[in-house]
Amino acid sequence: MSEVTETEPAAETAAPELTYLEAISDALRYEMRRDESVFCLGEDIGAFGGAFKVTDGFVEEFGASRVLDTPLAENAIIGAAVGAAVEGLRPVCEMQFADFISCGFDQLVNVAAKLHYRQGVAVPMVVRLPSGGGFSGGPFHSQNPEAWFLQTPGLKVVAPSTAADAKGLLVSAIRDPNPVCYLEHKGLYRHVKGEVPAGEYTVPIGEARIAREGSEMSVIAYGSSVILAMRAAEELGEDIEVLDLRTLAPLDREAILTTARKTGKILVAHEATRSAGVGAEVAALITEEAFEDLDGPVRRLTTPDVPIPFSPPLEQAVLPQLEDMKEACSELLRY
Amino acid sequence: MENGDAAVASARVREHASMPAGEHTGMHLTRDDRAGLFRFMVMMRTAEERAITLYRQGKVPGSFYDGRGQEAISVGSAYTLGPRDRMCILHRDLGAHFVRGVTPDRYLANYMGRAHAVTGGKDGNMHFGDRRLGTVGMVSMLPDMALVANGMALAFKMRGEDRVAMTYFGEGSTANGQWHEAMNFAAVYELPVVFVLENNQFAYSTPNELEVAGDLVARARSYGFASAGVDGNDVEAVFEAARAAVDRARAGGGPTLIACETMRMHGHGAHDDMSYVPPELFEKWEKRDPIERYAKRLTDDFGFEPDEVAAIRTEVAEYIAECAEKALASPMPDPAAATEGVYAEAWEALGDGQAPWSFWQQDGAPQGADGDPAVAGEPRRAA
Repeated sequence: MSEVTETEPAAETAAPELTYLEAISDALRYEMRRDESVFCLGEDIGAFGGAFKVTDGFVEEFGASRVLDTPLAENAIIGAAVGAAVEGLRPVCEMQFADFISCGFDQLVNVAAKLHYRQGVAVPMVVRLPSGGGFSGGPFHSQNPEAWFLQTPGLKVVAPSTAADAKGLLVSAIRDPNPVCYLEHKGLYRHVKGEVPAGEYTVPIGEARIAREGSEMSVIAYGSSVILAMRAAEELGEDIEVLDLRTLAPLDREAILTTARKTGKILVAHEATRSAGVGAEVAALITEEAFEDLDGPVRRLTTPDVPIPFSPPLEQAVLPQLEDMKEACSELLRY
Repeated sequence: MENGDAAVASARVREHASMPAGEHTGMHLTRDDRAGLFRFMVMMRTAEERAITLYRQGKVPGSFYDGRGQEAISVGSAYTLGPRDRMCILHRDLGAHFVRGVTPDRYLANYMGRAHAVTGGKDGNMHFGDRRLGTVGMVSMLPDMALVANGMALAFKMRGEDRVAMTYFGEGSTANGQWHEAMNFAAVYELPVVFVLENNQFAYSTPNELEVAGDLVARARSYGFASAGVDGNDVEAVFEAARAAVDRARAGGGPTLIACETMRMHGHGAHDDMSYVPPELFEKWEKRDPIERYAKRLTDDFGFEPDEVAAIRTEVAEYIAECAEKALASPMPDPAAATEGVYAEAWEALGDGQAPWSFWQQDGAPQGADGDPAVAGEPRRAA
């Protein structure tokens, strides 16, 4: 993904152009200014501004009391967020890398996700998860762990692919009364730019977005794979529809089935590994509900079931590349 | 850890001198308070005995877990809290639920998976917290709730409120990495949280020597906060230690670990025959039964008539019988409820707990009112 620079079409409003990363910061800053119950906590997010500088300048504006540099203890971070959320604050946790959620997993899946179901206690909190590979981060700084969360009822999961959605979904996540996993793809941070409405801007959780209209086939994707799909469609010059899921839990079933019924040929694409992932879920949904409308098998373009290797040629061999996307689309179009 | 009766009696509360206890002048337990402490302990034991019967009658799905022998800890500690304080209560701590206002019928219904249960049947046994009474219920993973209590305490501190979070764990929990995360996090941010450790000698079947390295009271000191070793079978000793800890937390003095020595007199669960426990250990601890000891103190030291003490037992027995009938009359939940409530529609504040200690009925008692927004979550040490 690091090779891709995508500029979204200019909107009609005079919205500033921001990178995906700046849009995340903008959303956080906007919410912290609007609502003093919103605060950030995580490792190195204070004076240092975070490993990726999402909270750069936040300590100066909001003070150390709302931009908490925490000990290196992911369960303590998530657990503290749960308690604070129950008591009426709106915590936004930063996992330095999405991979490290494994160290806070217990608090997330056993405490945060189940409290409302078990006891009617709402847990409004966000866990920001810098995810994805493409920069030789190796097995522990490149993962796309979203499928872990999809097996955990009670969590909402979002994964924006545009700067505007990065802002709108983060604002919505902060305001949502549930724990929301917010996957921000590191490869998009500085390579995706676009118009982002200034001030108040939300994108509803649970609604997919048609990123590109088409009628011959559909690519259903999210995160970095949306960028690949858009470029593949342009370069192939084919009539390909691209559906950006944006939210992975709860899935926008209607949007998925609508595009499936419209084009009849579906490629589900994601950077996460293949088995039992979002692609499998989307494919199952389509075959269960829209089988009669299909003109071919539902196909997947994903990373194979391997850890993400470090060395560039090895990493490129497993992460879906633009050529892989073009080939997968062409094959399905020919089917 | 050897605790002879005499040593325990002479050092009922062992505070570390370097950690000043909070000051509460003239706040003693009244006669009614003492009756209350006794009543809640008896209530816990009687309710748990009733629940065992229900379990044996096949009315409790799954297994059954109680805190027999540990009644003084949850009752004595929870008794110190004000209405706006918050708790995460664990599975040996039924007394704390009763102190905060959960009625035994809803506890028994929870064990039986009934609609009237605290969780409406969504979760079983002691896995409940009544949000209307300021409690966030436990999960099975231990000591997860210590980290959640930290979060509540963090919110109090950030908003400048003089409120306190209290939670429990056993010595088994101190072997888990999250315990260290919780202690360290609470200490770094000097959170108003009270950790009540119940060393009941066995983590399921694993004895102290295979579970705990070093001294647990000293461990807290190494995190830089106050700790106290307490006879966990002495309800007033627990109360005094908890009162000091709660005062300290409320005054901005940070966390405290109260390490209570006790003994789990029943198995980990009703399915556990405790064949791994040497019989002499039961005999030793049976003599220190917290309820019988306190009954004796009430008559010997506090001027209660034996009839008064007996009357409390009788009243509780009748009340629990009534509650059991009510629980048994509650229907099973509607299966349709199984798929409801996964997501919340809106955040709702926890309600306040019952605060039976006479202190909270006095004029001038802290109301947990909002204060000046503090240096919220400001680390105490310069970066």
